[in-house]
Amino acid sequence: MSIEVRSIRKTFGKYTALDNVSLTVEDGCLTALLGPSGSGKTTLLRVIAGLEQADAGSGPILFHQEDVAKTSVGERRVGFVFQHYALFRHMTVFDNVAFGLKVRPRKVRPSREEIREKVHAMLSLVQLEYLSGRYPAQLSGGQRQRVALARALVIEPRVLLLDEPFGALDAKVRRDLRRWLRRLHDEIHLTSIFVTHDQEEALEVADRVVIMDKGRIVQEGSPDEVYDNPKNPFVYEFLGNVNLFHSRVEKGMAHFHGLRVESPQHETAKGEGGRAYVRPQDFEISREPLGESSFQATVQHIYRLGATVRLELAREGEYLTIEVELTNDEFRARGISKGDKVYLRPRRVRVFTDQEMDDSYTSSQL
Amino acid sequence: MNSLPRLRQHSVLPGFGLTMGFTLLYMGFVLLIPLAGLLFAAGQMSLGEFWEKGIADRRVLAAYRLSFGASLLGAAINGVFGFIVAWVLVRYTFPGKRLVDAIVDLPFALPTAVSGIALTTLYARTGWVGRWFEVFGVQISYTWIGVVVALTLIGLPFVVRTVQPALEDLESEVEEAAAALGATRFQTFTKVIFPSLLPAVLTGFALSFARALGEYGSVIFIAGNMPGKTEIAPLLVVIRLEQYDYNGAIAISVVMLVSAFLLLLTINGLQWWSRRHEG
Repeated sequence: MSIEVRSIRKTFGKYTALDNVSLTVEDGCLTALLGPSGSGKTTLLRVIAGLEQADAGSGPILFHQEDVAKTSVGERRVGFVFQHYALFRHMTVFDNVAFGLKVRPRKVRPSREEIREKVHAMLSLVQLEYLSGRYPAQLSGGQRQRVALARALVIEPRVLLLDEPFGALDAKVRRDLRRWLRRLHDEIHLTSIFVTHDQEEALEVADRVVIMDKGRIVQEGSPDEVYDNPKNPFVYEFLGNVNLFHSRVEKGMAHFHGLRVESPQHETAKGEGGRAYVRPQDFEISREPLGESSFQATVQHIYRLGATVRLELAREGEYLTIEVELTNDEFRARGISKGDKVYLRPRRVRVFTDQEMDDSYTSSQL
Repeated sequence: MNSLPRLRQHSVLPGFGLTMGFTLLYMGFVLLIPLAGLLFAAGQMSLGEFWEKGIADRRVLAAYRLSFGASLLGAAINGVFGFIVAWVLVRYTFPGKRLVDAIVDLPFALPTAVSGIALTTLYARTGWVGRWFEVFGVQISYTWIGVVVALTLIGLPFVVRTVQPALEDLESEVEEAAAALGATRFQTFTKVIFPSLLPAVLTGFALSFARALGEYGSVIFIAGNMPGKTEIAPLLVVIRLEQYDYNGAIAISVVMLVSAFLLLLTINGLQWWSRRHEG
């Protein structure tokens, strides 16, 4: 079941939560709505679910070409999973999952026997059959969220919508559960949208990532596309750590720290100011100069993060710190220690001119 | 090191000994010693006398029936309407909401004699409200209905004040979840909202009932106090005292005390049952 929304606007008083948003989600696709808080991602999800009404004059909300904008949340048959689970605390796990079947009008309600079968099938899908008699208060966060998921899936929803589904869980459970969700999605192929502010989560789990900022969609594409080709500085900064260098851009070259770096899309630039971005893992590090495109810096701190090592460096007489990430092996092979003077060469640089910064700023402001 | 069973966990806030000691002392002087005195006095009586004065007397039995019946009915009425008042106060905004919210507490503050006289005047045959009931041949003041009205009034704040915070705590997401699963508004209320609030409603009901059982001031004005008909048990205690029949007063008090305790215990059990899911 595909989902398509066109020109959705939503305002709360004077605050514009969604500003003319259009989005298409293909059938069977797992899409992440990614953005900082206040970017409108949750509002968009709630509008699609029918928990929130778009402003008058908004376009249609199509489920498989059928406009559902005028129907209520119950009629849309969406599975909705809330960040804080929203389980019915006075009901057992079984009754929570059975709720969506039990409240159906008598004519379409399955028999008691069928309900029991369906609920148990669903509980075994989320691997919680052994907890069916417990109350939500007796479960861990990860278990509660799986109950919530089973409860949403048992009504055979047309689409599955998840609002920060892992947001309230701790790091380890979060990672396990999102991988589990990915495998589950590969099994049932239900068109799904999940909201998250965690870029790692979005890049790891989703088929497509939709990045939102200030009530607008800034960029969408596959995780690789958006990570490798961020459309503007906002996306670049949002998707992972970055080093920012103020630079001068001229005739397809960016100049900073005495380096000359190619920036082919700025062929016509005439000495404008700009920003060059380099991700921490995109540096080559060496004790010897690495040709003319490297600069010298001093190692100030070394942080060991398990599999990787993060270095903080600074150039002579400069306050700005540069972050570099290495694998453990690389780090050991170089034999770097605190206070060493080393040479850095950026492998990959992304340059935005000030003009482009302004454009992206105003376009996401409006 | 410490082989004694430990009564308390180590806590960052000291003062368990002091506060527990104060609690026991306070409970002792205010509650337990007076009650023990009552039971002690009852122990001086012969069983036969106790039976005769506290249970077998028809006038006394009628007073019990009225006291417990009217209190239960009043608390039940409060359970329903207090719930609605709390619902309106939590869920809606309207001009004068704060005023209404403040008025709910008035029965706490009003001298009971004042509310008794006010109700009697209002609900009397010629009163503003009573005259409309008179049209249907229903008399309120000086009948058992009047007793129920008075006991309802004084119990209302208990239900409102216990349901209100529970209702405020109820996440709106839970209602949204029910709606998304296809539940109608009625189903959402009966299957999700109300069961979550049931413990609070029961607490309010129990408090309201307990308060009504001990009420004296407002009832004696509106009841008419006809022996065997509109005479409540607390009034009968006073009457016995005035007749210097101390044993009669004690017997009635003890019966009231024990049955009230058993009833409250039952309601507490119900509350515990309705909270079983809180694990």
